[in-house]
Amino acid sequence: MAMAWQALAATAVTTGNVVPLAASSSSRFPRLQLVTPILSHELGRCRLATRSSATSYFGTAPQNRGTTNVTTNAVATKEAFTSSATTTGGHELLLFEALREGLEEELDRDPTVCVIGEDVGHYGGSYKVTKGFVEKFGDWRLLDTPICENSFTGMAIGAAMTGLRPVIEGMNMGFLLLAYNQIANNCGMLHYTSGGQFTIPVVIRGPGGVGRQLGAEHSQRLESYFQSVPGLQMVACSTPYNAKGLMKAAIRSENPVILFEHVLLYNLKEKIPDEEYTCCLEEAELVRPGEDITILTYSRMRYHVTQAAKTLVNKGYDPEIIDIRSLKPFDMYTIGQSVKKTHRVLIVEECMRTGGIGASLRAAIMENFFHDLDAPIGCLSSQDVPTPYSGPLEELTVVQPPQIVAAVEQLCSRE
Amino acid sequence: MAQQLCHRTRSLLRLSAIVSSSSASSSLIPLSDSIIPRQQQQRAGFAADALTVDVPVPFKAHKCDAPSLSVETSAQELLSFFKTMFTMRRMEIAADSLYKSKFIRGFCHLYDGQEAVCVGMEASLNQKDCIITAYRDHCIHLGRGGTLLEVFSELMGRKDGCSLGKGGSMHMYNKKGGFFGGNGIVGAQTPLGAGLAFAQKYLKVDGVTLTMYGDGAANQGQLFEAMNIAALWSLPVIFVCENNHYGMGTAEWRSAKSPEYYKRGDYVPGMKVDGMDCLAVKQAVKYAKEYTLKNGPFVLEFDTYRYHGHSMSDPGSTYRTRDEISGVRQERDPIERIRKLLLSLEIASVSDLKTLEKEAKSEVDEALAKAKESPQPDTSELFSHIWVKGYGAEAYGADRKEVVVKLP
Repeated sequence: MAMAWQALAATAVTTGNVVPLAASSSSRFPRLQLVTPILSHELGRCRLATRSSATSYFGTAPQNRGTTNVTTNAVATKEAFTSSATTTGGHELLLFEALREGLEEELDRDPTVCVIGEDVGHYGGSYKVTKGFVEKFGDWRLLDTPICENSFTGMAIGAAMTGLRPVIEGMNMGFLLLAYNQIANNCGMLHYTSGGQFTIPVVIRGPGGVGRQLGAEHSQRLESYFQSVPGLQMVACSTPYNAKGLMKAAIRSENPVILFEHVLLYNLKEKIPDEEYTCCLEEAELVRPGEDITILTYSRMRYHVTQAAKTLVNKGYDPEIIDIRSLKPFDMYTIGQSVKKTHRVLIVEECMRTGGIGASLRAAIMENFFHDLDAPIGCLSSQDVPTPYSGPLEELTVVQPPQIVAAVEQLCSRE
Repeated sequence: MAQQLCHRTRSLLRLSAIVSSSSASSSLIPLSDSIIPRQQQQRAGFAADALTVDVPVPFKAHKCDAPSLSVETSAQELLSFFKTMFTMRRMEIAADSLYKSKFIRGFCHLYDGQEAVCVGMEASLNQKDCIITAYRDHCIHLGRGGTLLEVFSELMGRKDGCSLGKGGSMHMYNKKGGFFGGNGIVGAQTPLGAGLAFAQKYLKVDGVTLTMYGDGAANQGQLFEAMNIAALWSLPVIFVCENNHYGMGTAEWRSAKSPEYYKRGDYVPGMKVDGMDCLAVKQAVKYAKEYTLKNGPFVLEFDTYRYHGHSMSDPGSTYRTRDEISGVRQERDPIERIRKLLLSLEIASVSDLKTLEKEAKSEVDEALAKAKESPQPDTSELFSHIWVKGYGAEAYGADRKEVVVKLP
């Protein structure tokens, strides 16, 4: 087994962009990383952000299903307000196409992967993420279900207990509330209550978030509802690059993973690498390094933050922007390193204020890094209201860039 | 209400009277008159020769043909039925006293009275088949290959339990034996069962899934959702309703407009079976399995009864009379039925059966003693099995600075 790991590690060094870092004492294998060459001086910081070891990738049996040339950890580095990409080659696509590419690669690679959801097969997916799949993979792997979220989520969990790897698509994340019992009680807990006998390698994915006047029941943000279920991992994608990487990693993970997509981000365009890659599921992404304040965000709010950052930079501030990506568990290592540097934190999220991701994150940072803080942790979240239909009112429920600018100014002015 | 209770009691006793009456009509043949042994049995020694037994209570079929009432069995099988059911009965009684002496805490749902369902099912199933059930799972775990030590240790929350002490009474699993639990939420196991059947069809395993639920769970919406999908995709799943006539404290007639649970599948064929008769259960499951492997889902309703209350916190006598309980115990008890059969067929003598009983008792006592000695789980087990290691998943302690557990 060890020989196979070393062979795989060796073949992973494929392109000229891969820079092997010095092997740490705790790992037998060199940490491989995909970085853009101009940032060699940033390598130190990048190493801090890379915690997932090659051992965790190669360690579990299902990973040995004959993959080569996969870099486990591709980290976004400083590139003016865009996420990482290779400078040579690569292809441009939209976020939903990146999700589709990732899903297709995993369906090709592993015959136990299947997709279950409403209109995922012959309709091609309500957001076209599974377009063309049923012709390629057949009816038995792209399962069109009747409208019964509770039972098809339960079915997918039952199938996962035998070793299949279903990807459950909720047409809208909000519909998964109907399957809450199955997700909380069965999905999250079966591995524990069976004393480790069963694993539930499902991926639950779907678009959520406040869209364009979709109304209260179709603008749900479920991150806060699922965050206290033990046993679930939650990730939120925000760029085509991390969408594809997280999708692939989530499918390969033995844990149940909820992948939160956002309705408004499906048409984002970006260039992504041609070679196969995955992203680490519990790692945060450094979007923009800075010195003055750490802004933690995820999903759609990342773009509001980067927009606000342009204003802030013009005003003379140097914000460090981190896309936390992993909503459960938090990447406290990356966040902590950043807090120790800047001493100020602002969380910008789309979740509700009460009991949201920001609330938990605030508590976690306070608990661990209180003495590194020079100011109270700021948290900008959506208002605790059902999302109204009216356009201007809807805009008021979510955090807008001017509010972010004002909050940063307020936090940085405290001495 | 009292009138209705008496009606219920009367109908249960009437059913049992039909079974044991010697002056029954020709369509209902009493046990003792219907046995056609293929060979004469020897009094001494337990022969494994095949024989056929006619079960008295006819099957009620819905959109299918009822199987024959003549069940093929053997002396060996009947003896194993007796021994297994007796062991299960002793186990449940032992669990009762363990609960009362506070070794078992929380909820404890006992299966005594319903053993025939579990044992009869296993006679027609093999390792490729999967079973998933609700919280009344101790005996089913045993039937699927679990050991008494595992069950007792799990009930007491000890390390040697089948779920390492972390599951408890309602969460017993046996992966190798094809037993998928052990579920606390009523009805939530029915879609899981449909999923297991889906996996069997996807992976082309030649087996069926038995998804068990009770008369109380039969009113859950997700059951109908699961039946719909199972019928649409022709999944090899048998929906087994263990109708013990009470959903906790609510009698069947008070919770279901149509208590004919075997017909509730509508387009899914079904059958109602006397669940206190091991052989009838065996025949029904055999028939259902053959049907399901070819045609898709099937519903089986087993008419059974539990002597204990819903759980150990329920005395079981506030919503039904003690006369009813003792009536069923006298007329329809599954172990007594097999005992009478064994004695009348002269497969075993009274003293042979007493020996088997003694063996079972000592097995149970031994396992119980051993389980009491089993240690509590280590503190590190609190954090184990939350996540499986893969793509960097680690569990941190409360301070989140240090990695407390590297996941197994």
